[in-house]
Amino acid sequence: MGSLRALLAGDRNADRVVPPSGFTAQLTVFAAGAMAFLAVFALALSLASGRLADRWGDELARSATIRIVAPLDQRSAQTDAALRILETTRGIASARALSDEEQRDLLAPWFGNDLALESLPVPRLIEVIEDTDGMDPAGLRLRLAAEVPGAVLDDHNRWRQPLIEAATRLRLLGWVSIVLITAAVAAMITLAANAALAANAQVISVLRLIGATDDYIALAFIRRFTLRALSGAAAGTVLGMLAMLLMPRGSDMGGFLTGLGFQGSHWLLPLLIPLLAAGVAFAATRAAAKRTLKELA
Amino acid sequence: MINSHAGKALTVAMAAKCCIESATMLRHNRRGDIGVKIVIELENVAYSYGGGELLSDISLKLAPGSFHFLTGPSGAGKTTLMKLCYGALLPTAGHVRLFGADVRGLDRDDITAVRRRVGVVHQDVKFLDHLNVTDNIGLPLTVSGRHAEAAGNDLDELMSWVGLTNRADALPPELSGGERQRAALARAVIMSPDVVLADEPTGNVDWDMSQRLLRLLIELNKMGKTVLIATHDLSLIRATKAHVQARVLRIANRRIQLAGADL
Repeated sequence: MGSLRALLAGDRNADRVVPPSGFTAQLTVFAAGAMAFLAVFALALSLASGRLADRWGDELARSATIRIVAPLDQRSAQTDAALRILETTRGIASARALSDEEQRDLLAPWFGNDLALESLPVPRLIEVIEDTDGMDPAGLRLRLAAEVPGAVLDDHNRWRQPLIEAATRLRLLGWVSIVLITAAVAAMITLAANAALAANAQVISVLRLIGATDDYIALAFIRRFTLRALSGAAAGTVLGMLAMLLMPRGSDMGGFLTGLGFQGSHWLLPLLIPLLAAGVAFAATRAAAKRTLKELA
Repeated sequence: MINSHAGKALTVAMAAKCCIESATMLRHNRRGDIGVKIVIELENVAYSYGGGELLSDISLKLAPGSFHFLTGPSGAGKTTLMKLCYGALLPTAGHVRLFGADVRGLDRDDITAVRRRVGVVHQDVKFLDHLNVTDNIGLPLTVSGRHAEAAGNDLDELMSWVGLTNRADALPPELSGGERQRAALARAVIMSPDVVLADEPTGNVDWDMSQRLLRLLIELNKMGKTVLIATHDLSLIRATKAHVQARVLRIANRRIQLAGADL
């Protein structure tokens, strides 16, 4: 805690006791920047996957579709029978048969706008919206089988569940990537700090001789590496956010790729990345400095 | 003239040192060591390294304001003894007391506080090569939390005292052997230490420069500092005779053999 306070307070004179390390410093800044850039994408991936999983989970979870596959002359009667069953089924908030116009719109991408729906054996679709209690799909299937032989209930689970699982895994993958990036930053900073401490053994020896405490010596290195990681990560984060901003945008519903980005308050989350990098650099350099100073004692 | 410069600089530095001494005294107070008359004391000290005993049964007391030479052949253990005297090494047997406190009971912060009361000059003096001479000399102020700029005049007078005013902005690698030793001496005394330990301070300089360094050390002693110089240069010891009463301690066969012999 004392180290952190001293770090934030800063000491221009103390900073000068450690010689500038030139190329090593530039590499540290660059590596922190590159990692932060990747972390922005990992975060975006994770958040976009989360949104997708939520949408598939929430918006489609409470809807189902009934297809009435029947000869043309029976289709209307079976549709009405199915709707009557749905009216008396618990857990259903609303149910309605799609109009010809709506069905035509649904098929338009494949058959064009001039489809003569009434002359084709196209199943009639009934959109079912569940209430908060939810329905019993198995019971409904039994009732439909008994009274409407052409009705097929599709509660979307068959295709929705694997998608939700995939999106959840993708979100997890994003977080794992962030953890790995954090660990890589810690390893990189530890290596750089160890190299700097080893290269400055004589400086440490001089400082000890003239009465510098180990905390003072450690802080000089900690401050240097923490600021390098902070500045590099800040630059990498800004570039990453700019890249996200320039990503092609899709519709509001969006496909996964065109929806890969930040929305609303999520734009604030990447700003935590430089702070995380600085925190990791602080801890890594502190551990390396304490260990090296103990070895040199 | 030189004495005047040194006096001013070291007097002001003495005032700045008060806070550190107070902290150290507080620590010592806890151990009941107030009122010590001996600044550095070695009692039956032995030191072994790599299976061999380098020093054996060494007893030594340095009183405030005393002047000592530590002499003996190369490899006799002079540098080891000096390091024991400022806590850089711990004895393998016996007791080393610095300002009344046994070094074995001191933690790293205590040792650091002690080192601020002991100015050390080595033969192979090390500097921070990326800082200029002024910054290197002011380094003890920097690491103790005081900024060298605040002690600007004192620093200037100290630079003048050691004759390095015109080399203030030079980097350490640009200095001659004598200049390095004088800079090291200035750095050693900027905190106005109670004791100055000089390990072969004239080893790398010519006769004139060695006499100049010796005069500086004698001046420090006349200001009340305890001085211990390790040297194998007997002519340096003889040259001191006219200016100050010094005791010569000779190390041979791992022991101090001529302790107490006056010049």
